[in-house]
Order: sequence, then structure tokens, then C-alpha cells
Amino acid sequence: MATITLASKRRRSGLAAKQRKQALRTFAFMSPWLIGFAVFFAYPMISTIYFSFMHYDGFKPPTWSGTKNWTYVFEHYPLFWPALRNTLWLVVITVTLRVLFGLGVGLLITKIKTATGVFRTLFYLPYLAPPVAATMAFAFLLNPGTGPVNSILEKIGIPAPGWFNDPAWSKPALTLLALWGIGDLMVIFMAALLDVPKEQYEAAELDGASAWQRFRFVTLPNISPIVMFAVVTGVIQAMQYYTQPLIAGKVASGVIQGAGTQFEPGYPEKSTLTLPQLVYNLGFQRFDYGSACVVALVLFVLSMAFTALLMRRRGGLNLAGD
Amino acid sequence: MPGMSRKAAVALAASASIALLATACTGQSSSGSDDDASKDTTINFWHAWSAPNEVKAVKTLVAGFEKAHPNIHVNIVGNVTDDKINQALRAGGGKAPDVISSFTTNNVGKFCSSGALVDLNPFFKKADIDPETTFPKAMNEYTQFDGNRCTAPLLGDAYGLYYNKTAFAKAGIKTPPKTWTEFEADAKKLTISDGDSYKQLGFMPNYHGWETTTEHIFAQFSPTYFDSSGKSNVAKDPAFTAGFDLQKKLVDELGGFQKLEKYRATLGDEWGAKHPFHTGQVAMQLDGEWRLGMALDAKPKFEIGVAPLPVPDDQADQYGKGYITGTITGIAATSHKQNAAWELVKYMTTDTDAVVGFANDIHNVPSTLAALKSPKLKYDPRFKTFLDIAANPNSTTSPASINGGQYLVTIQNFGYDFERGKVKNLKSGLDSTAKQIDTDIAQAK
Repeated sequence: MATITLASKRRRSGLAAKQRKQALRTFAFMSPWLIGFAVFFAYPMISTIYFSFMHYDGFKPPTWSGTKNWTYVFEHYPLFWPALRNTLWLVVITVTLRVLFGLGVGLLITKIKTATGVFRTLFYLPYLAPPVAATMAFAFLLNPGTGPVNSILEKIGIPAPGWFNDPAWSKPALTLLALWGIGDLMVIFMAALLDVPKEQYEAAELDGASAWQRFRFVTLPNISPIVMFAVVTGVIQAMQYYTQPLIAGKVASGVIQGAGTQFEPGYPEKSTLTLPQLVYNLGFQRFDYGSACVVALVLFVLSMAFTALLMRRRGGLNLAGD
Repeated sequence: MPGMSRKAAVALAASASIALLATACTGQSSSGSDDDASKDTTINFWHAWSAPNEVKAVKTLVAGFEKAHPNIHVNIVGNVTDDKINQALRAGGGKAPDVISSFTTNNVGKFCSSGALVDLNPFFKKADIDPETTFPKAMNEYTQFDGNRCTAPLLGDAYGLYYNKTAFAKAGIKTPPKTWTEFEADAKKLTISDGDSYKQLGFMPNYHGWETTTEHIFAQFSPTYFDSSGKSNVAKDPAFTAGFDLQKKLVDELGGFQKLEKYRATLGDEWGAKHPFHTGQVAMQLDGEWRLGMALDAKPKFEIGVAPLPVPDDQADQYGKGYITGTITGIAATSHKQNAAWELVKYMTTDTDAVVGFANDIHNVPSTLAALKSPKLKYDPRFKTFLDIAANPNSTTSPASINGGQYLVTIQNFGYDFERGKVKNLKSGLDSTAKQIDTDIAQAK
């Protein structure tokens, strides 16, 4: 009995050693990712949470401040709620329009029989324009006084909007800019559309399906993972929207930061403020790293919430059902 | 580990690691002022100037210092933004700056209160230099916070009134306005409407009109931004009410906010050759001393006049004052060569010939009283107006605050709402503004 127990123990111990070795090997292979995750995600994430409860100006050692930063951001920081509203507006309106427009352009280009390469290039090129240059160009094109867009609108009798100089039009103007640079989504959708099996279209046609029914019951279910990808990455990009609204506001305001002055973003009337701009404003202009961390965490939670919601709704996009 | 569960021990270890990790990235300032400035040494000087003529001027200035102090060599790093300076001041190290200069005068309060830059008072005392009698009053004020003089002025900027002499003559105006009442009348006379736009605008009063900011206009009313307890004074000091009322009156009288804003959108930018003052689209412009050179370079089709900005009617005896700001310089708390660094700061900010030479090269206002009077100063006769404004004891500045220029931004934001009519009740608006400023300052403490 004792011999059997000993042998069984040895077997178990040998098995455990083998499992440990296996686990170590797995960890060794995973280590580059684990190190990257720890250094570039876990550490910054934990630090952000830590600093959100600290008073820290970047110079003196941080001191515990409890929920003071959270209270300040949510109750007393006048830019937070306008920035949150703008960010949500951009997430809902701009992302939706970008996905629809990207899909539409992708569909059109896959249907074109001649000069396909030319059209692909024409639609893709704006995406390559550096964001600062593209935004400045748009600000000049949409200048309410001297811009060619308003000159044309006035000539044909359409009331010309104030675009980046009007709080009601600044976000639609930013959306136009985002739609102009649709090249990335167009390429992704084109690849997905060309990947839809032709037999399915043939079968649908034989069944007498109309063009809309073919799109609804063949195309959409096949490309739904790509639509999901476009929406999720679009939401994350919209949450991180920084350069374009900042530059548009600066150019349209006509005020370039001069000597000894402090610039506050959001022209006109806080309508181009986004949450990432607040992180910069609080952290690097006001030296309030604690409150900047609070805004960064709000951004993180919102991004996660949107992504989780979209992932749960993923089935809804597969309109034909599985 | 008796008495402690394995889970608790892991949690404790994890918490300790987090705390260690989180605090590891927070640079701590350490001072070291025991270096011997008479020994051979090299110091780092970071500055923000970037234009070729400015970079050359800095090199000339430093060359003069190295000639006077052959044992101290200066490694110059130019075109450095404030973000980089802040990061370097936190981190320290061999490549970090010993001496910095910044255009962001508003950050002085933060630099001083955080201890990022060392207090220069002991150095001034040791060198037997009295800053009060060395620097103009306003410059003296904006280089310190709460008795801590962590910076010194390195040239300055003075704000005045530029006017189109040709347009003045056409409108029958003989002299530049000295009071705001005269200014209002002149601005209206000089404004020539053209449908829903302008052929010529007398003055662009909107706060987005380049340098027409609240602090620049209000300086003429000599406001007191904070009371003795450090609380915002915006709702209590009548200077602010008078300033806001004046600007709003100008906006309404010159065509209204929307018309002016639409016209502003058609005008050239502040730093380009097509600035509306250069092109004659705006007849009077509130601006700094640098505008003169820029306007002359643009070769305008009219004669340029320069004068101090007007003052309120009841302060007519103070005509000649203006708003003052400028570049600041200081010594990093992390520097281990603070005595050598002080020699450079002392030379750049108090040596009359050095200050004059640098002012001549950069076309800024000299930052010492002696340099302002120096016969070696080379300037267009009109530039003298700015030298006088800088030397005027009634000239004002915006004081340093613990959270930089945030209080100015808050006042300015209220101004945007008031000028467009979004806020109608000035009194309650100023009360809210004061409350917001106090809340922001409490958050920064």
C-alpha cells in the first residue's frame, strides 16, 4: 500500500513538474506581451488611478487629497461638462456618419467598372494629409468671411453658416473634416465587400431579391464584423479627438498664443472642447495632474462602456441572424 | 507570516509595489548652491527663442558673458517649449538646464510656489543688487510670488496704442486719444461702414481681436486682482466693472458683436503681414512694442503713429501708463551649479550693456531702469513711447498666481460671454467669476 502511494505521489510530482515546466514555457513565450502590457498599460493605469486621489503639481511630492480632484472636476471645473457633451456628440454623430459614408464610398467604388484606381486614390489621399495641415486648410476653406465655400453658398442664395466661428456649426464642420478623411474606412470596407462570396449574391438574385434585399440579407451579415470593428475603433478615436478641434478653434479664433499668455481651448464658446484637451489643460497648463488623471479615467471608463455595449449588441448587426 | 493570510500578504505587497511605482516617476527637487563659480565649469541654458535673428542675439549675449567669465562655459539649447522645460525641471540630471528662460510669465507663481526654480533673493542680496531699484516696478512684480523671487526679467513687453495717422487726418483728428471718452469718439469717427461690413473699422474691441484681451485693457484702470487675503477682487474692485462696461460699450457702438465678429473672421492673422492694422482695415490697434517693427516691415500705405493707451477720465493724470509683461529667467532647483548659473542670470538681467545689446538685437523693451535710459539703445523714435511706458511707475501687470494665469483665463472667458450678450447682469457675472477663481486657486493649493 505504502509502495503504491509513494509511486502515485512520484507520478503526481512528475506531472506537476511537467506542468510547471509547461507553464514556464508558456510564460516565457508570452513574456514580451506581458512586459509590454505591464509597462504600457498596467503601470500607467494604476498610476493614473493613484494620482487621481493625490494633489500633485509635477514638482512637489504628491500628497493624499482623497476625492478632492473628483469633486473639483465634476462640480467646479467649468469645462468638464461642455467637453463631455461635445465628446459624446462626436461619438454618436461623427462615428455614425463616418461608418455610413465609408461604407457608401466603399460600395460605390467596388461597383465602378472604369478608373477604379483613380477613384480609390482620390478618396484615400485626404486620409494621408497631416491632421494639422488638413484642419488649417478646412478652417481657411470654411472661413465665414473669405472662404470659398461661403462665397459659393452666398452666390447660389444659401445662407452661409459661420462654421468654425459659430458654436452651432463648429462640430458639424469638424464632422465634414472627418468625412473628408474617410480613406481608412473606405479601404477596410472595400476589402470586406470584395470578400463576400459571389454565390450568395447569385442565389439571392435567383430567389428574386432586390438590390436592397441583397445588401440587407447578404452584404451586411457578411461584413458585420468589419462594421463592428469600424464602430469600435471609431468610438475610441472620437474619445481621443484632440488635434483637429484644437487647431480649428485656434485658427478660427485668430488668436495665436502670444508671449506670457495662457491659451484655453474650445473656441467658439467651448463648442470644440473635447475631453483629451482637458487632460492637457489641467495637467500641463494648470499643473493639476490629479484632476487631469480624473478626466483620463472618465475617458477610459467611457471607452470601455461604449465598447462593451457595442460588443453586447454585436448580434444585432448580424441582421440576417446566424 | 503569522497572523496574516496569504491573500492579505499578496495585497499588501501589491499595494506597496504600486505606491513605489507611482512615486518613482515623481521627480524631486534638490538644491545645490555650494559650487565654486570661480572654477572651470559648464552650465546649460535653455531658452524659447527660435527665429534666426533671435537665436543669434542669444548667442551674442552669451558670448559676452563667456568673455566676462572665461571659466564658465554655457551650453545653449534654444527653441524649447514650456512643456519641455517643466519636464526637465522635474527630472533634473546632467543634461537638464541650470538656467531657463520662458515666455510664459503667467507661470511664475507655479515656478515659485513649487520650488522648481530657486529663490533669487539671497543671490541678489549677496551680490548687493536691489531688485526694487534695478527693475521697473511692474517687472519687479511679475517675477515674484508671495515674497519668493524665483525669476528675474529678461527683457520686457509694453503695450500701447498704434494709430493710422493718415486716417486720423482724414477724420479730422489731430492727436491720439488720451482718455477712453476721447477714444470712443475717435473710434466712431474712424469707422466707415460698408453694408453689413466695414470699409475701415476704428478699433476692434472684441476680446478675440488679437491683443485686445481683458488684462491688456483693464491695465489702464489699474485693477487689483486679489485682496490682501489672496481672494479674487474682480467683483469688488470697480476697475473691473469699468473695464467690462467700456469694452461692451465699444462693441455696441461700433456695430455690435456679431457684425464685428464676422468682420474679424475676414481679417489677416496677428503675426502675418496682412494684420488688419498693416492693411488699413483697422485704424487703431492695442498692441505690444513688437508691432512697430512688424508694421514697418509690411510697408503700409499710411503713416504709423504710436502713443500710450488712453486712461479713464478720472485718471487723466496717469496718462502714459500701460500693461507690462515679458520674458523671465531663473535657476533650476535641481542644478548643482547654482552659483555659476547665478553669474549668468546676473549678467543677462542686470548688466546694463548686456541688457541694452540684447534689447537692440531682439527689439524688445529693456528690463532694467538703467538700460531704459542708456544712450546705447538704438530705436525708432516712436519706440521711445514703449520705453516710457515700461519705466512709468503707474504701469501695471497681472500678478503671479499659484495656478499660473488661470484666473486671467477665467476673467477672459467671462468677457467672451459678456461681450456677446450671453451674460447680461455684470454684477452677478463678476460674483460667479470671483467664486470660480477662488475655487480654482483652492484646488491648486
